[in-house]
Amino acid sequence: MLHTVNKSPFQNSSLENCLRVAQPGDVILLLEDGVYAASAGTAKSSLVEQAVKRHTVYAIDADLKARGLANLIREVRVASYGDFVDLVEQHPVHAWL
Amino acid sequence: MAATGKKVMVTVRKAPHGSIYVQESIEVMFIFATYDMQLSVVFLDDGVLALHPGQDTKGLGIKGFMASLGALVDWEVTRVYVDRQSLKDRNIPEDAIITIGRDEETDAPIRPQVLDSAEIAKMMATQHSIVSF
Amino acid sequence: MKLSVLVLEGPYNHEASDSAYNFIQAALAKGHTIRGIFFYDDGVYNATRLMDPPQDDRHISKRWSELGATGIDMIVCVAAAKRRGITNEVLAPNIRISGLGQLASMIDEADRLVTFGD
Repeated sequence: MLHTVNKSPFQNSSLENCLRVAQPGDVILLLEDGVYAASAGTAKSSLVEQAVKRHTVYAIDADLKARGLANLIREVRVASYGDFVDLVEQHPVHAWL
Repeated sequence: MAATGKKVMVTVRKAPHGSIYVQESIEVMFIFATYDMQLSVVFLDDGVLALHPGQDTKGLGIKGFMASLGALVDWEVTRVYVDRQSLKDRNIPEDAIITIGRDEETDAPIRPQVLDSAEIAKMMATQHSIVSF
Repeated sequence: MKLSVLVLEGPYNHEASDSAYNFIQAALAKGHTIRGIFFYDDGVYNATRLMDPPQDDRHISKRWSELGATGIDMIVCVAAAKRRGITNEVLAPNIRISGLGQLASMIDEADRLVTFGD
């Protein structure tokens, strides 16, 4: 499964909800405000720090750049929209809106 | 309901009335039930609040969708599930969630089936497509 | 891969339209096919030709119309549109109003559905 999360973890529990249901090996893709979860050293960094132990976590590059985010949790992979398309080809998707 | 057709799931994760998503997701369910697909519906996170007993929107001047939810089974939407943990977190007893129909023979109330998140995850992984609300 | 895309939010107010558009462009660049784009909930607002954003920013309904001109099926849900006052009179070119049955077909005839919303 590919799980997409588009809301900020500071304001919305979608990422937590997603991680409660996602199975080991599932892929998480952060986009839009969801990319804030990829920032290192925040009060919510532990969500992704724990998630990367069971899942590959991607964040959309254009969304990171738009928000000025460069100090990312080390294991997060930066993805282009093209990578997003490739992930959709490999996995059915659930959007955690 | 067709046993053939692709597996399509509708997930409802938002609370009712504060936004229209629950209501418009039910309209999707009704239409999808008339098509050749194996439709399942999952209420989780705040979506389980759509199944809270005693909802009455008259005072808001909003029509609401509660009557439609009660007719899901009549409309052939029978694979309806709700997340156990989400109900527990919101203090909604499993046997208090609203009915989505009545058994044709016994007239017993039919409620969404309560599942653990692991079971929901497994079901998600078998779907052809998931429509998220 | 044949893709269908569901857009649940209106233009500008949420990033959903932009994410959907950028995703679709990336898919087309990779040679994939878009079976259809379905606008539901406030997504129907994407289809008004009355949109008049500042000249130096993206024109969301125009670019959806441009995609529609390439032959991609762009559909606005009739029930959601009626609720929100999106009628044939205000519809942008190459987009049409139809029922939720079209979403069912888009799902059935594609390999994947991707939802963009709030």
